[in-house]
Amino acid sequence: MKARVYVMLKSGVLDPQGEAVRHALGALGFDGVQGVRQGKVIELDLAATDKAAAEVEVKEMCEKLLANTVIESYQIELS
Amino acid sequence: MRAAVIQFPGSNCDRDMAVALKAAGADVTMVWHKNTDLPDGLDFVAIPGGFSFGDYLRVGAIAARSPICQSVVAFANRGGYVFGVCNGFQVLTETGLLPGALLRNAGLKYICKHVELNVETTQSAYTSAYKADQSITIPIAHHDGNYNLDDANAQALFDQDRVAFTYADNPNGSVRSIAGVLSENRRVLGMMPHPERLADPAQGGTDGQPFFAGLMDQIATV
Repeated sequence: MKARVYVMLKSGVLDPQGEAVRHALGALGFDGVQGVRQGKVIELDLAATDKAAAEVEVKEMCEKLLANTVIESYQIELS
Repeated sequence: MRAAVIQFPGSNCDRDMAVALKAAGADVTMVWHKNTDLPDGLDFVAIPGGFSFGDYLRVGAIAARSPICQSVVAFANRGGYVFGVCNGFQVLTETGLLPGALLRNAGLKYICKHVELNVETTQSAYTSAYKADQSITIPIAHHDGNYNLDDANAQALFDQDRVAFTYADNPNGSVRSIAGVLSENRRVLGMMPHPERLADPAQGGTDGQPFFAGLMDQIATV
């Protein structure tokens, strides 16, 4: 089973990298970009075959390592 | 004082830290990150600056989950003194020993320069040799020193006198210009500036010297 974890800065946390990307897009003539938030995607190849069990396991991975929940939120997709 | 300096792959201020501690009179042991135990009879652990594990995933994240860090957390929870500077500060927030997180500098640039700090409290082993509100010059060298904490918790740090240092001129966007934070029991300190880099006249200044002298003095009397 494969899992895909999306990690983003929480909405209240300023994202200076996203802001820099927004400015660069503006410089290229993309005037309509009102906001950019940059995050990361982590793909996991899991031995687990049970979706529910995999979800529990990946959630624990997110809490313990993949995301810093002080500043980041995460979403899990399993396939 | 028996001190240990932890070394991770990518640490680069470990020997500077050892030199500053030895100059202040400490007995220093270097400890590799794969060790599971700290040396016996230890008073103090320093987590040095650098780019542990290449800053992969998040700054300090991998180091904070290394075998030795579990022993460091247990040592701190037993009342041990733990000091993290720069990457060490990032590691301490990732372990949860200190609140908040360090993000990319607001200006997105790596900053390497001397900055002016204000000593916010003298009520800690680390700051006991300074005067309250004393202005000192200490070098910074970081890309991810933007201290992030919500307003209520940042205010709580000031209310509890747990802000050790603030920047006179905020270089990196840190909330309330916070440069260094103490734990609740005041024995764990994390800070972005490097006192060990200005602790000998040969380094061009000695404003970091009282930091280590005060520490020796306080820990020797515990």
